[in-house]
Amino acid sequence: MKLFRFRGGVHPHGHKLLSNQQEIDVLPLPRRLYVPVQQHIGVPAQPVVVPGQKVLKGELIAAAQGTLSAAVHAPTSGTVVEIGPFTAPHPSGLPVTTIIIDSDGEDRWCDEQAHNTDPFSLTPQEISDRVAAAGIVGMGGATFPSALKLHLGHKQRVHTLIINGGECEPYLTCDDRLMRESADTVIDGVRIMVHAIGLEGASIAIEDNKPQAYAAMRSAAEPYPEIRVVRVPSLYPMGSEKQMIQFLTGIEVPAGTRSAEIGLLVHNVATAHAIHEAVRFARPLVSRVVTVSGGAVRNKRNLQVPIGTLVQELFDYCGLVENPARLIMGGPMMGQVIPHTRVPVVKGTSGIIALSQRELGEMQTMPCIRCGRCVGACPVGLMPLELMARVRAADFDGAIDYGLHDCISCGSCAYVCPSHLPLTQFFNFAKGELVTRDVEKRKNDYTRKLAADRQARLQREAEEKKRAAAERKAARAAAKAAKATEQETQA
Amino acid sequence: MSSNPMTTAPLISGPHAHSEESVAKVMATVMVALLPATLFGFWAYGWPAIFLFTITLLSTLAGEAIGLQLAGKPQRLFLLDGSAILTGWLLALSLPPWAPWWVGVVGGLLATLIGKQIFGGIGQNLFNPAMLARVALLISFPVEMTQWVGPHPITTAAAPGFLDGLAITFSGIPNVDSVTGASILGHAKTELTRGIGLTSSLPGHYDATAFSLGTVAGSMGETSGVLLLLGGIVLLMRKVITWHIPVAMLGSVILLSAIFHHVNPERFADPLFHLMAGGMMLGAFFIATDMVTSPTGRIGQLVFGIGCGVLVWVIRTFGAFPEGVAFAVLLMNAATPLIDHYLRPRIYGRRRDGRPLELAERKES
Ligand code: SF4
Ligand code: SF4
Repeated sequence: MKLFRFRGGVHPHGHKLLSNQQEIDVLPLPRRLYVPVQQHIGVPAQPVVVPGQKVLKGELIAAAQGTLSAAVHAPTSGTVVEIGPFTAPHPSGLPVTTIIIDSDGEDRWCDEQAHNTDPFSLTPQEISDRVAAAGIVGMGGATFPSALKLHLGHKQRVHTLIINGGECEPYLTCDDRLMRESADTVIDGVRIMVHAIGLEGASIAIEDNKPQAYAAMRSAAEPYPEIRVVRVPSLYPMGSEKQMIQFLTGIEVPAGTRSAEIGLLVHNVATAHAIHEAVRFARPLVSRVVTVSGGAVRNKRNLQVPIGTLVQELFDYCGLVENPARLIMGGPMMGQVIPHTRVPVVKGTSGIIALSQRELGEMQTMPCIRCGRCVGACPVGLMPLELMARVRAADFDGAIDYGLHDCISCGSCAYVCPSHLPLTQFFNFAKGELVTRDVEKRKNDYTRKLAADRQARLQREAEEKKRAAAERKAARAAAKAAKATEQETQA
Repeated sequence: MSSNPMTTAPLISGPHAHSEESVAKVMATVMVALLPATLFGFWAYGWPAIFLFTITLLSTLAGEAIGLQLAGKPQRLFLLDGSAILTGWLLALSLPPWAPWWVGVVGGLLATLIGKQIFGGIGQNLFNPAMLARVALLISFPVEMTQWVGPHPITTAAAPGFLDGLAITFSGIPNVDSVTGASILGHAKTELTRGIGLTSSLPGHYDATAFSLGTVAGSMGETSGVLLLLGGIVLLMRKVITWHIPVAMLGSVILLSAIFHHVNPERFADPLFHLMAGGMMLGAFFIATDMVTSPTGRIGQLVFGIGCGVLVWVIRTFGAFPEGVAFAVLLMNAATPLIDHYLRPRIYGRRRDGRPLELAERKES
């Protein structure tokens, strides 16, 4: 297969060996689970259980609201004890409605006998319905509802399906282990997707720092010539959707366009696994593999974790050697800082990284020395130093002109900056600021519209009143005239 | 920094990993790359060169310290980042090795105070501070700045001893006229103006091997083209610089001189002469590539390098001064903001003009 390249990129230290040497371990069932109703991009799900209610594993506890939403299921059997706001894994640290379940320790599925369906006898619509019913979202971290993506893919004549096994973020090895240990189910999930979208085949891209995963996937894909397993170089951000598309197809997704609109779809390997479970066995997404790593962790490893498990439980199980200097959900390049360990694992949680003080290092920021490394590293072709100068000056229009909206927040620029400038942080801040302004503006426009509507209504009413008065007057006049005529005739 | 938006940003965002590069490491790498040519200069020109080098470095640091003091910036942090030392180092390498002490003092103070701190310190200066100081010195003290001595290797009897060296640096060169002379570029230019062509003026004065190795009269650290090239390769391998500026600069000089030399060898020197004479190698790998004052985009760097090369050749060939590297780099420094503004990289998913890629281009043809 002909490969292409993308611009820039960096080679961060992988730290993969820390956690990819052991098999995926199953976390002992936590006593209490905290399941947020929003673990995806889009509209929060609506709880359909009440406190005190008994639930079984896999039972629907919050229903999707429309297609840009995802259902949430009970990760284990037990009792709903509370539904209320709880810290969610989000940089704002703002609480999200969370369903708290006390486990009964039995971990009993709602349908004890998982039925085995032949996915290839199902229609594309049936498959995306099942994926929707299972509450599957993009598990690489994007958390876009997968059913919607499949559905759009079917409708928009997608011609290329790419399965992302890049896992280019340092420390993370959950996809690596999953591909090594469950290559067959991942391949099955990919074939189901191919069928659901009506494609001829798919390409699975795996970075060359995962030779065992590559070999396992290759042999699992052996019987299916339509599934190509492609080895790609370890270059960050290979796992970023746009960069992966460019690397495999040479196509750039035009600015302001979604990849599906030009016939390209990218799904993550863990998502493929979840789709296999959902379509074949009607198993909803209630657990996932999470990498627990970082210098502060004693036993770094991958764990099979029920959704809703508190990060604290992972540390209790793996042990800490020191107080973490920083907690990250996801990888260290693009992951989110979490404020404390009382935050639950969600569907998009690929890893929990507890960095030690030494790993974080001392970062004395210096003025920009215009070394141009950020320009060389940016996979998008931006000039981060110029972008930063504009954000610093609060010149957002200038920043947009320099490509603020094109920045994918990959962190490559900040990674290489010898002056240790928090470039990406500036850009994220500016993007947030612009969103806020946009909302403000829309609010203002709305208020203005309301005022204008009111004005128009008042005017209309006034006119109506006038007209009514005039009509009444005319009627009175007519009546008078009629009376006069009557009198005349009577006379 | 009071309007720094970071103070209002809620929480730290990524990346939480770093390449562990730092400004000080970058500067240190450049110094290591300069070491071979510098040590060669010390060897070839002896104690006076070592004294002048030391004086220049200390003066540059003093200028930086004064500037930081006036600007109310932390001294330790910025004096230790290595940038001022590097500036002084580069300036010293471009000076006549037996120049008097005050040349180093004036040059060093000029470089950091006027060349850098006035602009706002590290990263802010428009012009390369070392070259700014060099040009200022050349214009102000044309005699002292063009007294070139031939090599007096420190290991030989001809070399001035420690005390003689002190005397040379602090009270002038005894029998100036017997030990100093013109540089090869100056010689060629003078002869040309007297109507003597290169084919007659150069033989006996110019030997390509000696010039490549650096065993000739010239600036303290500019004469050894081979060792500077070695340093340049170190910089390229350590990814401190990219190939764009040096290749574009040297390439355009080679191209121009080759064409014109071919047409008229009497009037125009050949490419090797241009590469090995004067400050060409130091300029191409260490001066023009100065990060602060050169473009950050790759295309911009190519344009910048070509501009430097063309200007050096033009100034050397047609200008009033025999050497043009410093002038050429300073001129192109002035163009850097413009180059960076107009020659930005193409953004993913967009055309060069910034508009999104067309639908027709979406389906890869
Ligand atoms: S990498 Fe840092 S120091 Fe270098 S140009 Fe970019 S922002 Fe400036
Ligand atoms: S964070 Fe943005 S500006 Fe920085 S390298 Fe990534 S895309 Fe480029």
